[in-house]
Amino acid sequence: MAIPVIPSQLTLEIVTPDHALTHADVDEVEIPAEGGYIGVLPGHTPLLTSLQIGEMWYRKGGERFYLAVAYGFAEIQPDHVVVLAQVAERAEDIDVARAEAARRRAESRLSKPPADHDTARARLALMKSLIRLQVSAKARTRV
Amino acid sequence: MPSLIDIRRRIRAVKSTQQITKAMKMVAASKLRRSQERVVGARPFANQMLRVLNSLATRVEQKTHPLLDPRETKRAGGKVMLIVVTGDRGLCGSFNSNVIKQAGGFVVGDPDREVALGLVGRKGRDFFARRGFEVLYQQVNLFGKLRYEDAQDVAQSAIESFVGGQVDAIYLVYNEFKSVMQQRVVLERLLPIAKLVAEADENEVEAEIDYLYEPGPQQIFDTLLPRHVEVQIYRALLESNAAFFAAQMAAMDAATKNAAEMIDTLTLNMNKVRQAAITREIIEVVSGAQEQ
Repeated sequence: MAIPVIPSQLTLEIVTPDHALTHADVDEVEIPAEGGYIGVLPGHTPLLTSLQIGEMWYRKGGERFYLAVAYGFAEIQPDHVVVLAQVAERAEDIDVARAEAARRRAESRLSKPPADHDTARARLALMKSLIRLQVSAKARTRV
Repeated sequence: MPSLIDIRRRIRAVKSTQQITKAMKMVAASKLRRSQERVVGARPFANQMLRVLNSLATRVEQKTHPLLDPRETKRAGGKVMLIVVTGDRGLCGSFNSNVIKQAGGFVVGDPDREVALGLVGRKGRDFFARRGFEVLYQQVNLFGKLRYEDAQDVAQSAIESFVGGQVDAIYLVYNEFKSVMQQRVVLERLLPIAKLVAEADENEVEAEIDYLYEPGPQQIFDTLLPRHVEVQIYRALLESNAAFFAAQMAAMDAATKNAAEMIDTLTLNMNKVRQAAITREIIEVVSGAQEQ
């Protein structure tokens, strides 16, 4: 086997069931992998991981782009990153009011649960809304 | 012979119908464009998913997963589930009846096999529920605002019925969007999932890559399989939705043309009647003058 050449950039693809969100050449990616956040630079060893609910970002030159992702997988190759997520939203696309409402709803459900209640689901909803808020806040500070 | 006034009224009625069908055609056309985009938009995800699944297929023990268990071959005359995807509304030509016909053929096709139905879409629901078929799942008013979660919902119930042992196989029948002028009814097996084979030839290089897995390959494979079912259903729903608008557009276009044709014949008729009335009047005047 030849000595692998380390590529200078990563091709990042972020795909949701509805559409291909991003297809870009980037310098660095960080994703919320199963075992915690991992940073990916060009030349990363091939890795297939499931995703947690969390925030991811990618860096293009000096600029960072943030996204909220949930439920999915990432396939990493030395020159290629494919993120398959059921939910992926760019920071600037996040509806802050909706995320805020979702957070409040989830919190109230967790604090005084109704009878037929699904705690796990409410907790997931809360996590998703918190991540969305966190990501959108980052987008605002950057601009 | 109908009177002039009757024919005029008739023309007016046909004209207003034509306006409605024309408007519906326009609406269907614009919705078609959007739903077509969604079909195209859903493709990358499905393709990538399949690619990852295929590359995993070589590394895991496939027999162990319940969604891959080929029970149908073991038990002859078992029970199967058929998910029928129709539209929520009519006025779309043979769109719904084609699917229903195919589904009906499937149900009576093999007398040894019992078929339970899963119905998505109002038209199919109305048809089959009224005729007393066994219905395991039904869902209407999905297509107004189709989301991935809806497909998840359908997939969930399908998977539950399959894993729970109520049915031995699940099939899916829907209209595939081939082109704006063409829809095709497709019947495919959803569960058990056909055995995945790692692609050979040109992709061989890729298959050789030894991934790290987090968590293990088996867990990833196991979580990916239900996703795969969801994606397939989602795709079927999107296809059906696009096909619906295409069918509706074609039907409304035909209706508009028919209306135009009808207006032409009626107008011709009206002119004939008018002409006859004028001629008669002239004859009356002339004969009246002669008498004097």
